[in-house]
Amino acid sequence: MSDIIQKVKNLSIGFKSKKGEEILILKNISTKIKKGETVGIVGESGSGKSTLALAMMGYVKHGLYTIGGECEFNSSNLLNMKSKDLEKIRGRKIAMIPQNAGQALTPNLKIGYQIDEALQLHSDLNEKEREKKISELLNKVRLPSPETIALRYPHELSGGQQQRVAVAMALAGTPDLLLLDEPTTGLDVTTQAHVLELLNFIAKDTGTSMVYVSHDLGAIAQVSDRIIVMYSGEIVLEGPSRDILKRPIHPYTHGLLKSIPKLSLAGLPESMPGSQPQPGIIQSGCSFFDRCNFSEDKCKNNSPQLEFLKELNTSVRCFNYEKLLKESQVNQNVNKIKNNSKDKEILNLSEVSISYAKQKLLDQIFNRISDDNPTVKDININIKKGETIALVGESGSGKSTILKSIAGLIRTKDGLIRFDENRNLSSDLKERNPNDLRIIQLIFQNPDESLNPNHTVEEIIAQPLKLYFGLKGEELNKNIIDLLQKVRLGEFYMSRYPRQLSGGEKQRVAVARAFAAKPDIILCDEVTSALDVSVQAAVLNLLQQLKEDFGTTYIFVSHDLAVVRAISDRVAVLYQGRLCEVGPSNDVYKFPSHPYTEVLLGAVLEPDPDIKPKLVAEDIVEEKPPEKGCSFQGRCSRIVGDICKKEIPPWQLTDSGNAIRCHIPIKELQKKQF
Amino acid sequence: MTVNSIYKEEKKSAFQKVSEVIITMASRPSGFIGLSILIFHIILAFISPYIAPYDFKAINPTLMLQAPSAEYWFGTDDLGRDVFTRTILGGRTALTITFFGSLIALLWGGLLGIFCGLVGGKIDDIVMRIVDAFLSIPWILAMLLIVSLLGTSTEVLIPALGFFYGKGIVRVARAATHDVIAKDFIVSARARGHSNFSIIWNEIIPNVRDAILVEGAMRWSWMLLGFSSLSFLGFGVSPPTPDWGLMISNARGLMSFAYWAVIAPIVGLSSLIIGINLTADAFAKALGIDRSTKAPV
Ligand SMILES: Nc1ncnc2c1ncn2[C@@H]1O[C@H](COP(=O)(O)OP(=O)(O)OP(=O)(O)O)[C@@H](O)[C@H]1O
Ligand code: SF4
Ligand code: SF4
Ligand SMILES: [Mg+2]
Repeated sequence: MSDIIQKVKNLSIGFKSKKGEEILILKNISTKIKKGETVGIVGESGSGKSTLALAMMGYVKHGLYTIGGECEFNSSNLLNMKSKDLEKIRGRKIAMIPQNAGQALTPNLKIGYQIDEALQLHSDLNEKEREKKISELLNKVRLPSPETIALRYPHELSGGQQQRVAVAMALAGTPDLLLLDEPTTGLDVTTQAHVLELLNFIAKDTGTSMVYVSHDLGAIAQVSDRIIVMYSGEIVLEGPSRDILKRPIHPYTHGLLKSIPKLSLAGLPESMPGSQPQPGIIQSGCSFFDRCNFSEDKCKNNSPQLEFLKELNTSVRCFNYEKLLKESQVNQNVNKIKNNSKDKEILNLSEVSISYAKQKLLDQIFNRISDDNPTVKDININIKKGETIALVGESGSGKSTILKSIAGLIRTKDGLIRFDENRNLSSDLKERNPNDLRIIQLIFQNPDESLNPNHTVEEIIAQPLKLYFGLKGEELNKNIIDLLQKVRLGEFYMSRYPRQLSGGEKQRVAVARAFAAKPDIILCDEVTSALDVSVQAAVLNLLQQLKEDFGTTYIFVSHDLAVVRAISDRVAVLYQGRLCEVGPSNDVYKFPSHPYTEVLLGAVLEPDPDIKPKLVAEDIVEEKPPEKGCSFQGRCSRIVGDICKKEIPPWQLTDSGNAIRCHIPIKELQKKQF
Repeated sequence: MTVNSIYKEEKKSAFQKVSEVIITMASRPSGFIGLSILIFHIILAFISPYIAPYDFKAINPTLMLQAPSAEYWFGTDDLGRDVFTRTILGGRTALTITFFGSLIALLWGGLLGIFCGLVGGKIDDIVMRIVDAFLSIPWILAMLLIVSLLGTSTEVLIPALGFFYGKGIVRVARAATHDVIAKDFIVSARARGHSNFSIIWNEIIPNVRDAILVEGAMRWSWMLLGFSSLSFLGFGVSPPTPDWGLMISNARGLMSFAYWAVIAPIVGLSSLIIGINLTADAFAKALGIDRSTKAPV
């Protein structure tokens, strides 16, 4: 028996456009997956990575078809197999964990039952054996007390636990090959680190080969032995994981690694210009030509072939890889961000609490909110003009909730929001005057949802201009073109609809719309997390540039701590709607000192095989903040005892102006833990 | 940079958009058939008074129940009236009444649905309860009650039909609005301080319009069937106005020996219903709406 489990040979997959042209999604892909090996496939959205993974289990999405080539599994081509034979392989020999698999569990069936179904389908065990196997599987994915988990419904598990169940179900047929499509995307940093660690364990323990598809080099770095980098439907680089991450010899990978913010570096990374060509654009020459820093004239008209370099055991598709071979390492240059903050206070939140609890009728009548344990409580932050303050914390920690209350979109229970030292902003949107509304603008996470699909770019940007400044005709037009230029988009974008823009372009339009109001404060809610890594740095640089030009203040929410590190002057760490730590970024990142900050920073995945995440606390998710004591008591590994459960910890100040809320004395906290 | 021809599109005028949709509809066989049938019926409704060979109400006892012949293509009925004349004229009233009825259904159903979706909460609950309550009354009974109280004039039938067939549209409009309301562009408009009217007009309607129009087109065919049932029961238009429902009802007893008097109006009615249905389906597909998931009860 050979040690190759899956062989992809000259695979091309495509679709027919409306005009009848053949458009290629995958172009002549060849690769091999060895037994027991974990291969990471990385690429930006639209590069064809999921299509390739699906083809590896003999599946071609509706609307696409195989143009040529084969996917050989145990020496039979899956792509021309009868569906009856495929059924015997899928789920048994090859299993797949799709994106959001955890959330895709059937909500009204118990976990044990769902795993049992998978076992019935994919194994020949009898009922007794299956029962044993269920707890074995749940044990294998390291879920606590399998017997009780089996009796629960999916909604009674946390996101990470659901994902573990999905892994358990995929393992039901003891597959030889496990395909994972973005299995940790959308999970919290801490949960993500735990799931990856589990996958590593399973790969070692069972010897299953894995194909791990992701846009996130940080995640890929943690699991893969080998990495395939895809760009525009082609493999541009393929080789051992460590070499590719440490010494990428393809300009795209090189640029990508340079544009990813790192925890160890403050400041904004260089951005990669342009965006990946859309499928169907006939281009002569190298597909990366438009964005390449190493291009030469010959790249324009000649397409490089994938070349295998024996001494490096690496394949590369570039004429100039030798230039990169000479560069020993990726030297990341960052543009240090200027701290523009003035001493003048622009926004002050004092004692802000927000409740989502359903209010009793009596309270509704008297228009008051009563809730002893509100979602967000006691938020005190003083924001200076021109600074960028970041709110970080896991999903559900109340980051978006706080932004919404600043924008007036949800009413606060208690507390005051004061603008410009003397003006209190009403917590009711209707009571804010137009100027109060103008000074605060929002930019959202998902540009697909934040732009009306039926409006052109012109109409979108015109909205605030008309509303706040009553602009019309020629002047309106001039202002729109001006704004488009500021976000580096040409005038010809005016007549486009959002669907005709790439993710990065959409986000630029959203930025232009926010700046059109000439706001003092912009609330950014996860503005880069829906973007490709190569585009993310460009948007961050743009935001920074605009901020320096206009003196705008940003309140920046993100779950990505490296991005926060890159752009923010100050950081506020939230857990369960309560502040844990507030301080200058440099300080918070250099000496993580609150136990929760330590957990968050430890879990960050870096695209470096030498930096492994540190898993300090369990990835449990708490439903509600505790009634008494420290908000983090449920997960804290340094808990000092009863005092943490009874008393709200005091704020302690460090020498550098960093405020920490914990019962452990500052001196003690600042001792390095690992 | 290479100019991307696929993704470059100029802003289109409303006329261009409509003609594009119609072309897409006609490019599918089912859409083409549906559109042809519908257009045929509409043209017929306009020109039939001028091309009808005989007087539709001319009773001639000597010509009772004649079989189809060169003179009387579809034969004659029990009063000796020409069935061909009455058939080509018989769609006029049905088509007009249900067309305007559907417009009314679209208007009130769409607006109420959008309103409910927008305000949400208690008011939405209450309104939807009331709509559900109306849904549970057999509509034909209610129609009979209305018609027997107020008569069968067009001024009564159009709003009454429009009212009963609007309920389905309320649900679709409300669901579509709910989908849109959660999107960030609405949140963004609210945070900017746009008025409710501006939000409905600029942000919501363009995004729910397609779903509502498709539902309206679908309701049209249902309404046609409903209206013909009313006529069949004698509560629609009054004789001697030619009407398919009425003709079927009159001739049905004679089916065993004078099938022609009943076949012609049946073909007329069912072809029109099928035509509208196919058109509505093609319309939905051309707009990219999946009817199978949006279909209400
Ligand atoms: N409309 C709502 N009704 C009730 N509870 C809500 C509502 N919106 C949010 N919550 C709850 O409030 C808490 C804070 O939510 P919020 O959206 O502010 O978190 P977040 O920090 O922005 O998380 P994420 O990173 O997932 O965006 C969560 O427990 C959430 O379940
Ligand atoms: S072939 Fe030329 S354009 Fe393409 S990646 Fe290499 S250097 Fe850049
Ligand atoms: S107060 Fe106690 S529980 Fe809270 S973070 Fe500090 S040590 Fe942990
Ligand atoms: Mg959020």
